[in-house]
Amino acid sequence: MEIGVGIGELQDIDLEIFKFALMQLRPDYLKDAVFKFKIVKTRLRCRVCGHEWSRRKDELDEGVREAIHFIPEISHAYLRCPRCGSIDFDIIEGRGVWLEYVRGKR
Amino acid sequence: MSSELKDVRLSVIDERIKNVKHVIAVSSGKGGVGKSLVASALSLTLVRRGYRVGLFDLDLTSPSTHIILDVGESRPIEDRGIVPPKIHGISYMSITYYSEDKPTPLRGIDFSNALIELMAITRWGDLDFLIVDMPPGISDATLDIIRLIKRSKFLIVTTPSKLAFETVKKLIKLLSDLRVEIIGIVENMKIKESNFIKSNADKLGIKYLGGIEFDEGLEDALGDVEKFSKTEFFRGVWKIAGELLRALAFGAQ
Repeated sequence: MEIGVGIGELQDIDLEIFKFALMQLRPDYLKDAVFKFKIVKTRLRCRVCGHEWSRRKDELDEGVREAIHFIPEISHAYLRCPRCGSIDFDIIEGRGVWLEYVRGKR
Repeated sequence: MSSELKDVRLSVIDERIKNVKHVIAVSSGKGGVGKSLVASALSLTLVRRGYRVGLFDLDLTSPSTHIILDVGESRPIEDRGIVPPKIHGISYMSITYYSEDKPTPLRGIDFSNALIELMAITRWGDLDFLIVDMPPGISDATLDIIRLIKRSKFLIVTTPSKLAFETVKKLIKLLSDLRVEIIGIVENMKIKESNFIKSNADKLGIKYLGGIEFDEGLEDALGDVEKFSKTEFFRGVWKIAGELLRALAFGAQ
C-alpha cells in the first residue's frame, strides 16, 4: 500500500519529526505501507490587488511563526500583501496536512 | 478523494472531545446581549459547584472572555497538541493566545479552518462541561459546531428587546429543524417587568431558564473575577445554572 501525504509549508511542519511521529503511531495494518511526502509551497493571493506571493520563512520572528504553526489563519494577523499592504488575502495553497492518495490492493 | 476524507483533522476532533460529557454552545441572535458574560459566569459557577469545566472562546474575531476573566500571562502548554491552561479552575482556550491584541479578520473559510484547527489540536481531557462562547448571529460558527459536534446543545441568550428576539426566533427554527437540542433561553439586561420573552419562549416550546436584571456595577467588575463573582449579574447566572442543571438532568425541550 502506498499513501501520499501532502504537507503545506505555511505551518513550518518539520518533516523528520512528522515522519517519526507517523512511524510511532501508525496502526498494525499500516506497518508495511509506504508513505510518500509532497511538500507544497505557500501561495497567498491578495483580494484587493490580485497579487500572488509566497511567504518567505525568514520574514517572520519565531513567536509569529509558532502562532501560525498552530493556527495558519493567524497569518491574517501578521502578514500583509507586499504590493498593496492589504490584510485581505486568501491562502491558496500550502495550508495544513492532507491525504493526497491511497493506493493498494483491495 | 473527497474533501471530507482528505481533511484528516475532522476525525481528530471526535477524539479530542470524547471525554467531555456536555458541550454547550452559548449563542444569540444579535451581538451585545451578554453571551460572553453569561458563558464566563456560567463556567465559574459550574466550577464552584464542583464540575470540571472548559471554556472555549469561539468569537475568533472579537474575543472578550480573556478580558472578563483576566487571563494574565497564562499560555497553553504544547504536549501532543495544546493543553488549555487553568484559569480560575476553568480549562480555557482562546485565539488570543496566538493573535494577542492584533486584529484578525477572518472570511468564512478562514473562520472554519481556524475553528477546525483549534478543535483538532486542543486537548480538553475529562470534562463535565465544555462551554463554547459563540460569535453573534447565525453563520459559520453555528453551522460548524452543528456539523462537527453533533451532540452539542445550545443555550440562547437574548435581551428583552423584540429586535434581539427576532433573530433568536430564526436561530430556534434552524436548530429545531436540524434537531439540535436547545437547553433553554436566558433573558439578560432586564430593565422592567415584562413577560414578552418568557411567553414567546413558552409558545416556541423552549425552556425559559431565567431573567437577569441590568446590572450597572458589572462594567467595573470586568477583569476582576472576585468582584465579578459578587455582582447581581453573577448571582443571576448562579440561579440560572441551577435551572440548567435540572434541565440537563431531565432532558430539555
